[in-house]
Formats: sequence, C-alpha cells, structure tokens
Amino acid sequence: MIAELGLAALWLAAALAALQTVAGFLSVRAGQGAEIAALIRPASMMQGLLVAFSFAMLLWLFAITDLSVKLVAANSHVDKPLIYKLSGTWGNHEGSMLLWVTVMAAAGALIAAVEHRLPERTMYATLGAQGLVALGFYGFLLLSSNPFERLPVPALQGMGLNPLLQDIGLALHPPTLYFGYVGLSVAFSFAVGALLTRSVTPDFARAMRPWVLGAWVFLTLGITAGSYWAYYELGWGGWWFWDPVENASLMPWLAATALLHSASVLASRDALRTWTIMLGVVAFSMSMIGTFLVRSGILTSVHAFAVDPERGTFILVLLTLYIGGALLLFALRANTISEGKRFSVTSREGALVFNNVMLSAILAIVLLGTLYPLLTEAFNVRVSVGPPYFNPVGAIFFMPMLLVMGVGPLLRWREDRPDRIRSELALFAALIIAAIVLLSLLVEIALLPLLGLAMGLGLAVASFMPLRSRQLGRIPAATWGMVLAHFGITVALIGMASESAFSEEELVALSAGESATVGPWTVTLEAVEPVAGPNWTAIQGRLSARYGDSEPVVLAPQARSFWAPPQQTTESALSTRWNGQLYAVIGDPAGEGRFQLRLWWKPFVTLIWYGGVVIALGGVLALIGHVLNDLRRRHRERRLDEQRSEEEALGILSGEERL
Amino acid sequence: MSWRLWIPLMVFAGFIGLAAYQLTQPKDDIVESRMVGQELPYFELPPAVERGESISSADFADGTPRLLNIWASWCLPCIAEAPHLERLQREGAEIVGIAIRDRPEDVAQFLAQHGNPYTAIGRDDLSQVQLEIGSSGVPETFVIDGEGMIRYQHIGDIRPEDVPILLEELRKAGA
Repeated sequence: MIAELGLAALWLAAALAALQTVAGFLSVRAGQGAEIAALIRPASMMQGLLVAFSFAMLLWLFAITDLSVKLVAANSHVDKPLIYKLSGTWGNHEGSMLLWVTVMAAAGALIAAVEHRLPERTMYATLGAQGLVALGFYGFLLLSSNPFERLPVPALQGMGLNPLLQDIGLALHPPTLYFGYVGLSVAFSFAVGALLTRSVTPDFARAMRPWVLGAWVFLTLGITAGSYWAYYELGWGGWWFWDPVENASLMPWLAATALLHSASVLASRDALRTWTIMLGVVAFSMSMIGTFLVRSGILTSVHAFAVDPERGTFILVLLTLYIGGALLLFALRANTISEGKRFSVTSREGALVFNNVMLSAILAIVLLGTLYPLLTEAFNVRVSVGPPYFNPVGAIFFMPMLLVMGVGPLLRWREDRPDRIRSELALFAALIIAAIVLLSLLVEIALLPLLGLAMGLGLAVASFMPLRSRQLGRIPAATWGMVLAHFGITVALIGMASESAFSEEELVALSAGESATVGPWTVTLEAVEPVAGPNWTAIQGRLSARYGDSEPVVLAPQARSFWAPPQQTTESALSTRWNGQLYAVIGDPAGEGRFQLRLWWKPFVTLIWYGGVVIALGGVLALIGHVLNDLRRRHRERRLDEQRSEEEALGILSGEERL
Repeated sequence: MSWRLWIPLMVFAGFIGLAAYQLTQPKDDIVESRMVGQELPYFELPPAVERGESISSADFADGTPRLLNIWASWCLPCIAEAPHLERLQREGAEIVGIAIRDRPEDVAQFLAQHGNPYTAIGRDDLSQVQLEIGSSGVPETFVIDGEGMIRYQHIGDIRPEDVPILLEELRKAGA
C-alpha cells in the first residue's frame, strides 16, 4: 500500500508538471492578464508537496525493509544498520532519480512561492521551463525506472548495498551533489525564461544569483566530501583521480563558478547579458552531461553503478531536447539582446571576464579529456586520459586565473588605473617572487608544486587586500563571503601543492614487532588480528606510530571482506597532526607471518579539504548577504510605494508634478 | 556576429552524435577469465552441506568433461538459473558446484527449494578458489574437459538460450 501511495503521488505530480508547462507557455503567448496564468504558481507548489510525499514513502519502504518492493530487495538487506537502510534509498539509480525530482520540484515550489521581482511574464516562462524539465524526469522515472515496482514473489533477505557505499560520508555525498545539480536547473529555467521574454535585466541576475550560489555551495561541499571519501576509502593515497565521475562533478562546478561571477557583473553593472545566459545553459548542461556519462555506462569508471544503455538513451533524449532546445533558442534570440553596458579592460568587469574565459577554458579541457576516450573508441582505439594531461594543461589556465583572482577584487567597476593599486600589486608580486626564490633554494621541488606554493602564499595575503582601509564592521556580508571563498581557494591550493611536493611513501613487509620509517614517523607493527563487524570480517593491523620523539599513537588499518555482495575493501587508518597526515593501509600476507604495509606521510594534505569547506563557507556568507540585501531592497521599495500612494490619496502631488 | 551564436549548438550536436553512436555500439564489459584454456588450479574444498562429498581439482581429470557452477544460496540470479541447471543435468551434463561464502543450512534449504542438480558441492568460504579460477561474481559456469582444462566460461545466470550453447561446449570438450 505504501508503494502504491508513493507511485500515485508521483503520477499526480507529473500531471501537475504538465499543467504547469502548458499553462506557463500559453500565458507567455497570451501576455499579461491571461486567466490560465492563475494556475501556474499553485500547480508548482502542489507538485512540490506531492513529490516530497512520494519520496517520504520510498524512505519508509527502505526503513521497514519491505522486500516485496524490487528496489528495496535489490539494494537493501535485513541485517543492515538503519542509517544505511535509509541512505540506500538514494544509493541506487531509481531512488536517486526520485531524490533529484524531489529537490527539483521543491525548488520550483519555492520560486513559485517567493519570487515576485521579475515581470510576471518572465516568471510564467521560467516556471513553464521548470515544469518542462521536471516533466522529462517524471517520464524517465515512471516509464523506465519506477522505484515502487513490486516483485511477484517477495525476496528473503535482500541483496545488500555495495559495501564501499556503507560509509556516512558517502551516504551524504550524492544528495549534496544533487542539490547542486538541481540548483543549476533553476538557473537554467531562469535563463530560458529570460530568453523567451527577452528580458535580461539586473533583476533577472539578482533572482538567479541565490540559486547559483546555493548550487555552487552544495557542489563545493559534494566535491570536497567525495574527494575525501576517495582518499581514505579507496586506500590508494590519492585525493583526485580525474575519473570521469569526478570530472562529472567538477565540470558543473567550473561552469557555476563562472556563472556566479558573470551574474554578479550583470546584477551590479548590467553588463555581460548574453554571456550570463549562455553560462546558465552551459552549467545545467554540464550537470546533465555528467549524469548521462555516469548512468549510461559509455565510459568505464570506478563509480559505474546503475549502468544501463536504456537509461543512457533516455537521458540522452532529455539532454537533446532541453539543452539542444535552449541552445537553439539562444542562437535565435541572443542577437536581439544587447550586450549591456561597456567597460574598460582594466576594471573589475575586465578581471571577471578574464577569469570567466580562463574557467571556460579549464572546463573545455576537462570536458575534452573526459570525452576523448569516447571519441577514440569510435575509431577502435582505447585510451585513458589521466593526470599527465589534466594537471599541466589545466595549470596553464589555472595559474593566470589565480593571479587575476588576487588582483581583480582590488579594481574599481567600469574603469580603473593600475597605478592606483601600485603598492598592493608590488606586495603581491614580491611575496610570490620571494616564495619562489626561497623554496627553490631550500628544497628540491618540481615546477608545478613550486608555482602552486608560491602563488598560494602570495594569494593568502592578497585575498584579504580588498578589506584594506575599510571599517571592518561596515563591510557587507557578501564581500566577506568573496574574501573567504578566495582565501579557501588558496588554502586548498597550498594543500594540493604541498601534498604533491613533499609526500613520502613506503611499501614494506613487516612481521609483528618490526618497524619502518616514513618521513618523521616510525611505525611499528604490533600485531595482526581478525575482527568481525555486522556484515563483514577483516584482518586488522595494530600499528604504533611515533612522530619524532612524541608519544606513540595507535592505528588500526583493516582489509575488510563483505559477504552480501562479496567484496573486498580497505579501511585506511589515519593519524592527523596540524602539519599533515600519516596514512596507513594493510595489504596481503607476504608469507612467513609478514604483512604488506603501505605508509604515506603527507604534509599539510588536510588543507585541501579545509580549503573546500572554507570556500563553501564563503559561498554561504555571500548567499546570506545577497538574500538580506534583496529583502532590504524589497522592503524599501514597498515603503516607497506605500508612501507614494498615501501621498496620492492625500492629493499632495498632482499627476503632472510626478512626471 | 550572429553566426557565432550557433557555435554552441553545433558543438553540442557533435557531442550528441558521438554519444548516440557510442550508445548503439555493443559494449563489451564482461571480464573474461584469463584461466580459460589453462589447467584448473589446485584446490580441495570441504562439502558445502552436512554429509555431502568434498571436491578437489584432481576429481576433474578423470576423463569426464563437467560443468563447474559457482553459486551461492544468497544470490538471486542463482535461483533464476536453477531450473536450467536441472535441464542441463537431465540432458546428461555432470555438474559440480562451489558455494561461495555460504552456510550449510542455507545451502540445504536452497537445494530443497530449488532442486539439486549437483553431483557434489564444495564450500569456498573466502572466495579463494573463485578468485583463482578468475571468476568475479556469482553465478558463473565453467566447462572443464576430461583432463581438468578450463574450456569455456559463462558469466551470469544461465538462461534458456544458453543451455544448448553449454551442451555444445561440453560436447566439444569430449563428452
């Protein structure tokens, strides 16, 4: 009964999405005052409620492990801890698509409820577009990926969840990314709405900006969490592998970062109109292309869950319709939209445009590298593209972008003279050059990490320069957000450069009582013992690790064997200090009672993820700042309106005088 | 200026064309065992059910080709393939099973419920034998000839259309 309720709610929501789409586009054609327009906002809100109900039903089915439902039987198990039963709801294709439409419908409901700044006609088009996108995903769910399908005969136990995914970080990682993807779908709908009604205004950018910022914060957190998960769970010691699925989350982030900055220009300077629209379309298309690459299985990846060509075809059709449609609309309409206000090259806008171009170039590089194997496979050549391509080629565009990131916020809008910020520029350049000279004299270091560290040190100071000679208490939250986000980038950059420059690695075979050293650490294998968990058994090494002469810490890396489904995983053990991490993995028996141990000392590696969190925090601050600003502005306008109508009523102003 | 506005659409169309082409191409994502064509690695396994027979690699080198079925009572596709294994047995195939990470009482219950086409079932608690013969999942079925050589590997559950193929492979192996 629960499953049937959920399915019924889903069908109703789909019907409402269809209504919302039709009503939206009819109202756009009819113009202001169409009667059918009254349906759009209620349909959107009701749809949000229904899908949320449907998702709650699926959560419930997983909570009680109803094995007569195919999805539960295939992805859950009676013996699994409750938290992982619940996370199993979205740890599979059907459930994750339902989560996707849930978030999307909730976002649509929210815009319908609160967004009144834009011309009503643009809102009809926006909500119509949002309904159309949602409709495609409803069709996908209901026609080819029904999460509520029953089994003819209930299963006995269930088939388990991939043990690699039984991890709290990973239970939260996919939903975080979905929030990001869906936030970009809202930006897409706004862009389509604005194109359809030819109304690309600063108000449009202000309406879109919180969604882009929110999506960007979630993407940042999702990527950071995913990177940390890959780091400690896969046991390979790396934190980014340029895997297609990782790239699939990075590409929307790059596009969203560019969109964020160009929307800022549009909001405050009314420039870069077509470019912002273009990025709105591109950002969402990156989310969909990423989803397509992961789900269709046309690229081989460690993440290849839920691979099915039929699903691939479905997503490809949706992709063609939405993105192809939007790009066609763009090609037809964009030349009727004027580019907006002009600005000089040395200005805040100029710096932002430069960074937009660099971000787009990096995006193109990542996209090309990700799709390249697909291209060569069409000619029967199998290649894999990895760090030797992505790292140097990406760095060519990343480094100049970082330099401009340090300087850009110091420039004034519209036009500025470089010699006005002479001293700041000199300080920035001096810091970088000093760091390069010192580092290359003191340590042996490769070129890219050297540049990374030097830029990181320079930028750490430069990112706070926009606060100079201002009263700290009067700086708006959005500016603090920018400063913090830029500082987060430098923190992560220093972590990355330090990890790649100074990491040390040891692969040893030890028997109990023997020691090995890695960097400043001395690691002793005390014992190897078997341990058992609720659905796994493992061999566990007991290590005592001593940093220099300090007190030893105990580490317990495990090699786990799960039995439903049978799979081996490594649980690395970490010891974190302020200046880095010791990373230990236990491997196979090496004969004569010895075990393989892989040890890494990674100085300042944790800065990578702290940096990610700081970036996200900056985004949150900026989001709060902009929302508060908008509320204040709305309040002020309302008061002005009231004042005016009062004055009118009192007859103080005559019609002519007001003109 | 306006022709440039069409560039994004053109690039996108190129991507769609490529992706659509790749989707229609048959995707070979089956990992075939490198052990096919080689001798069965040495193993000895205790019986998977109480009072059953143990199995060893030496049993396979007695001149009779056999099917070696890797399965488990906890595996759903194994239930699906059970009737087809029985049909193979009725057609004269001799089938030896290896139960992966299983409990004797579960194995016995499975056999009582879905039939027992096996001459003997070994018990592989740590997937050691499974990994050694290059099997990456359950169920999988190998054709072993009378000299203990691995001749053929079938990955996934046996479907009705696979039965004649397996019988043919057995015949080629000398049955």
